Amino acid sequence: MQRLILAALLIALFTLPFTFASSVTIATLIFAKALAVLGIFVLLQAGQVSFGHGMFFAAGAYAAAYFGVVWRAPDLLVLTVAVIAISGVSGLIIGLFVSRYRLIFFSMLNLAFSMVLFALLEKLFHYTGGTDGMRIRRPSLMGYTFSRSDFDMAMFYYALILMVLCTGLVWLYLRSPLGQALKAVKVNETRLEYIGLSANHTLLVAYVFSAVLAGLGGLAFGLVQGLATPDLTFWTRSGEFVFIAVLGGIGSVFGVFAGTAVYEIVRFYAAALLDDSWQLILGITLIAVILTVPSGLIGLPARLRAAFGGARTNGKDKA
Amino acid sequence: MTAPLLSARGIQIRFGGVIAADGIDLDIFDRENLAIIGPNGAGKTTFLNITTGYLKPQGGSVTLNGREILGTPPRRITRMGVARAFQIPQLFTEHTVLENMLLSAAVRERIWNPLRPLSRIRQRAEMLDLLDLVGCADIADRLASELPEGQRKLVDIAIALAQRPKLLLMDEPTSGVATADKFGIMEILIKALREAQVASVFVEHDMEMVSRYASRVAVWSQGKIQMTGTPDVVMKDPDVIRTVIGG
Repeated sequence: MQRLILAALLIALFTLPFTFASSVTIATLIFAKALAVLGIFVLLQAGQVSFGHGMFFAAGAYAAAYFGVVWRAPDLLVLTVAVIAISGVSGLIIGLFVSRYRLIFFSMLNLAFSMVLFALLEKLFHYTGGTDGMRIRRPSLMGYTFSRSDFDMAMFYYALILMVLCTGLVWLYLRSPLGQALKAVKVNETRLEYIGLSANHTLLVAYVFSAVLAGLGGLAFGLVQGLATPDLTFWTRSGEFVFIAVLGGIGSVFGVFAGTAVYEIVRFYAAALLDDSWQLILGITLIAVILTVPSGLIGLPARLRAAFGGARTNGKDKA
Repeated sequence: MTAPLLSARGIQIRFGGVIAADGIDLDIFDRENLAIIGPNGAGKTTFLNITTGYLKPQGGSVTLNGREILGTPPRRITRMGVARAFQIPQLFTEHTVLENMLLSAAVRERIWNPLRPLSRIRQRAEMLDLLDLVGCADIADRLASELPEGQRKLVDIAIALAQRPKLLLMDEPTSGVATADKFGIMEILIKALREAQVASVFVEHDMEMVSRYASRVAVWSQGKIQMTGTPDVVMKDPDVIRTVIGG
């Protein structure tokens, strides 16, 4: 049943440009953000919340802008590999610091690093363009240069494929011993150490992975917007990723996409409806979700089954 | 006499005004079952914490097979063959019993392939056998957090055994286990240790357990070793009877 739903969802997503052509851009942004939220989701498995992953998101976008300046029309695939390398290495360097800390200290240290990057991007005007940011050139793909409308379509599929691939990778990773050890970090670091594994190293691996995910998200996001700005690493951006991850639910990797899609769609219509107070609607949505389905949107089907004659469920959210 | 497996010399540690180890000298030999007894606060658990690298003493040395291990973190000492079970069971409470075991085995074998699910590692059968050995095969699929204290204790020991240690340190292995089951469990455990040729150290308050299952006893008193010897000698010593056994 779940496989069927998944297959139907994939078919719906891959055919979206033909069924709802007007939603291509917003869908692309959803996929891009979902990548960054995946990164937050990974860390949440260890019970850690990063309020600074905007820095890797920004790193992805600025890398695209920088390589556009250096190589004029960089190849999309080369750019992808470069962003994986850059966000992976910066994730490793920052991870070496933050992986020694937990909970509020972990969150705040991440926030501090991301705000340092924010300040640098604003102040180093000559290199980064300051608050105006940097323009991101349209990349080519294996020698093919895109027209404006081609590019929108290409980015849609690029972001979609990236998101599907990364969701699959996260799913596999969390089932593997290293991913299970990550969940063990949340519960009992002492036992982990006493079966021969460092909790800090386990968290560091997850951190590098999450940085790469956020970096790829930033790359896709930047390419769609055509612009890299410092606000990509402002703390509200990082907070938004956490917000979405919680909204989607931390029990299942598929909650990430569900959360991002609902968030962006609610925001889109709330903004159209209420102009300046769309945050109000988002806030109420989150409160409603947390109060009624603590396991997040992904726990909703199980919850509904339990509430309406679901004789087979035991009342718990099985997400 | 053969060379000791683990050897502690002149261990000193104090916490503020409390002296938890005041010149501890102790050798632990291959395949023996050493019981540590002594009143509360004598420094028994502290000794386990030091030999597994959790605490660093202010003085002394600990060698494992002749190699100094002071300053080595617990995870390395574990990988060198010293496993530990705790007085308060340390489990991965959001995992099932079997997953706890599989994780221990996966770390032992360094299985880091991200494409292989933990539930399908090759050591699965071995871990099920080990659970069977400690009488926990029927609870393999239960969440560790749902278990009663006695079973948590056994699973904790099984996780340590999954490391295939040369030496197993246990802190009151059967406290919290129903009295009726205590001896049966210890019987199984000692037999399992003998079969696997694992030496053990266990902190114990139940003197009947000590006299039945220990091959040697060390008596702790105020951070010092008051006496070591075979159970029948130690348990008849008037000083030991007065300070530890009571009566």
